[in-house]
Amino acid sequence: MKEKTVNKEHHKMIIEGELTIFTAADTKTRLMASLEQYSVLEIDLSQVTEMDSAGLQLLILAKNEGVTHDCSLSLTGHTTAVLDVLDLCNMLQFFGDPVVMSS
Amino acid sequence: MNLDEVLQTFIIESRELLQDMEDSLLIVEAQEDQTESIGAIFRAAHTIKGSAGLFGLDDIVDFTHVLESVLDEVRDGKVAINTNIVALFLSCSDHMKVLIDHLAEGGEGLSDDGRAVGNDLISKLSTYLDAINQPNVPQVIEAAVEASDAEDVDNDNWHISLRFNHVVLRNGMDPLSFFRYLGTIGEIVQIITHYDAIPEAAQMDPEDCYLYYDINFRSDADKVTIEDVFEFVRDDCLIHILPPNSRITDYVGMIQSLPEEDFLIGEMLVRCGSLTPLELEAVLKLQSRMELEESTNSSFNKPPLGKIMVDEGVVDPQVVAAAITKQKNTKSNNVLEGSMIRVDANRLDQLINLVGELVIAGASAALLAEQEGSSSIKEAASNVTRLVEEIRDGTLQLRMVQIGETFNRFNRVVYDVSKELKKNIVLELSGTETELDKTVVERIGDPLMHLVRNSLDHGIESPEVRVASGKSAQGTLRLNSYHESGSIVIEISDDGAGLNREKILAKAIEKDLISADHQLTDEEIHNLIFEAGFSTIDQVSNLSGRGVGMDVVRRNIEALRGSVKMESEQGVGTTTRIKLPLTLAIIDGFLMGVGSSSYVVPLDMVAECMELTEVERKSSQGRNFIDLRGEVLPFIRLREMFHVQGEQGRRENIVVVQSGTQKAGFVVDTLMGEFQTVIKPLGALFSNLKCISGSTILGSGEVALILDVPALIEQTLTSEQDLQYQA
Repeated sequence: MKEKTVNKEHHKMIIEGELTIFTAADTKTRLMASLEQYSVLEIDLSQVTEMDSAGLQLLILAKNEGVTHDCSLSLTGHTTAVLDVLDLCNMLQFFGDPVVMSS
Repeated sequence: MNLDEVLQTFIIESRELLQDMEDSLLIVEAQEDQTESIGAIFRAAHTIKGSAGLFGLDDIVDFTHVLESVLDEVRDGKVAINTNIVALFLSCSDHMKVLIDHLAEGGEGLSDDGRAVGNDLISKLSTYLDAINQPNVPQVIEAAVEASDAEDVDNDNWHISLRFNHVVLRNGMDPLSFFRYLGTIGEIVQIITHYDAIPEAAQMDPEDCYLYYDINFRSDADKVTIEDVFEFVRDDCLIHILPPNSRITDYVGMIQSLPEEDFLIGEMLVRCGSLTPLELEAVLKLQSRMELEESTNSSFNKPPLGKIMVDEGVVDPQVVAAAITKQKNTKSNNVLEGSMIRVDANRLDQLINLVGELVIAGASAALLAEQEGSSSIKEAASNVTRLVEEIRDGTLQLRMVQIGETFNRFNRVVYDVSKELKKNIVLELSGTETELDKTVVERIGDPLMHLVRNSLDHGIESPEVRVASGKSAQGTLRLNSYHESGSIVIEISDDGAGLNREKILAKAIEKDLISADHQLTDEEIHNLIFEAGFSTIDQVSNLSGRGVGMDVVRRNIEALRGSVKMESEQGVGTTTRIKLPLTLAIIDGFLMGVGSSSYVVPLDMVAECMELTEVERKSSQGRNFIDLRGEVLPFIRLREMFHVQGEQGRRENIVVVQSGTQKAGFVVDTLMGEFQTVIKPLGALFSNLKCISGSTILGSGEVALILDVPALIEQTLTSEQDLQYQA
């Protein structure tokens, strides 16, 4: 996972590879840390090769916690892997992000 | 569970069902309102098919399925009942009997002939079926036809709700993969992902599963197929599958059309496809768990299964209501049937043997009490005797069977023979409730069949001949039965041509049975028919006429210690009367003493007993008859009859016995009163003794002979007649 801070408020997290149960624990820790620290968090999904229910759960958690911690969360760069899951589970509306098909 | 035993039950029940089917088929054509009979016929086929399916009896299932399909068309009014279709159904029922018999004999494959018959019937049945209904089409395809015709509304889809266990992800499974698989057998119209169970970050374990789903799914598959999708996650997920709304009425209808069987609601819903066996198991577990949890609460009642299932959202309330109604109906029907149970005949025989021993032991105990005991022992002994008598009566009743069952078999015979010989014959039955012992019923069946066929074949004339001689075109064959002082009488009568006296005489002379100038009464002439090889029929049919029947009939009846006689009037009709003893193993007897020997006669044959006074002896003037209130009563002295040793006492008693309309008297020394008699057979050596029908053991251990009253009466009458001739 790469992280880049755009500016003091806006942080970008780039998730690389799997967003699955195997990386879930680790990802959660990082997510929570960023959420607490910043007031704008962008999760870049353009490097995600695979996503499962655990991954989806984490994203949902992040969104919820964002509200609690007063941090605005957005997802960007959805890959096909991500889109498939979100579509299958009918969760696109929940996240409300504009979806751009990455090549 | 012993599979063989259950298979035997299946065979017995199938035979009963096939009999019901045949009975209904024979009457349905003539009925105005045919619904009940058609229902009975359909149910019989349906039940046999279902049960055969449980045993994997594919031959029977495949054949019955086609029959059931046609019967369904009849039930729906699409096919009408007529003579041809009834004949076809009767042939099908016959073929099914063959299949069941084949199964009972343990045969593996049906013979080529058998298969040919079956295939021929199937092709005939198929002509009645629409193009849609083809044999062996699985229910899935029928469902497909319905679903595609239905409107495309949300209601027409399956509703699947999934409540995953939180460890499901850890166990290596992902709901997503199941959704994808589901997508291969149908279309996921809508998924609702419930995420409200995800806790706060601090409590959330990223490897747990907090998501649960509800799915709106369109598919042609049946419930089990859909459930199978989740096979691997069954243990980690609560799965509920509701069928599309448009098919719930079908399920309700299916429940109501189930054949009469006692099902629990759960099983019924499984049967109708609304509930899968797994769901039923889960609900039952829930039900008992609820019971366990609330067991301390005294006012808690185990919630009815139906309520649990509706609460759990597993089953539509409408379906449960229908199932409850069905169950109530079935239960009340069962109460009406009087809860019968099936008992092994051998066990019943063992029981009767034991009761016999009990009677003898009780008698010896009573005797000892009488001789040596105090009054309280005597009272106890007499109590025992009374109770043993009641057990005896009750047990022997168990073996009694109504003759109506046997009579009913002849409905089919009359039907078939009438058609075959183009005669118009109706069968009338009376006295069908007359009961006789099971073994007697079994052995009288064949002789009865022979006599019935004779009446149908030779007795009743064809309609043309009948009308020509002034009779009605329809001939009547009447079967009657009644009790008569210790015997059961079965009459077979017809209003046919009667026995031809001249022809019989001629044939008898031809066969050297009698000489030309032998004088015979009508009765004796008629009885000539029973001689071996006798037949006056000019044309032998395949039914009868070969002359090997009647003597066998008589022998079979005499083997049962019965008798058969024919009465006939030329041009009017013939009646064959069979008399059989109610051969019970234990009878109420009347004990008589002659010298030191004892003899028993059946109590119900004893008309009266009195002292044979000096006066009467003198007035009979050495002849063996007395004046009984104006009636002539012949008698025999048992002392003379059986050559009893010893001096004759001063007093003699006479026991008046009656068999049918004939009376006679037995003169004995002492009258010893009523005696519970356990009939012990005498053994092969004594089987030709005409006047003794058995023996019994007295309380003292001595043996008493049981007299064959009808035979003795005959003897008495003829000996008196001989004496008359001598005079």
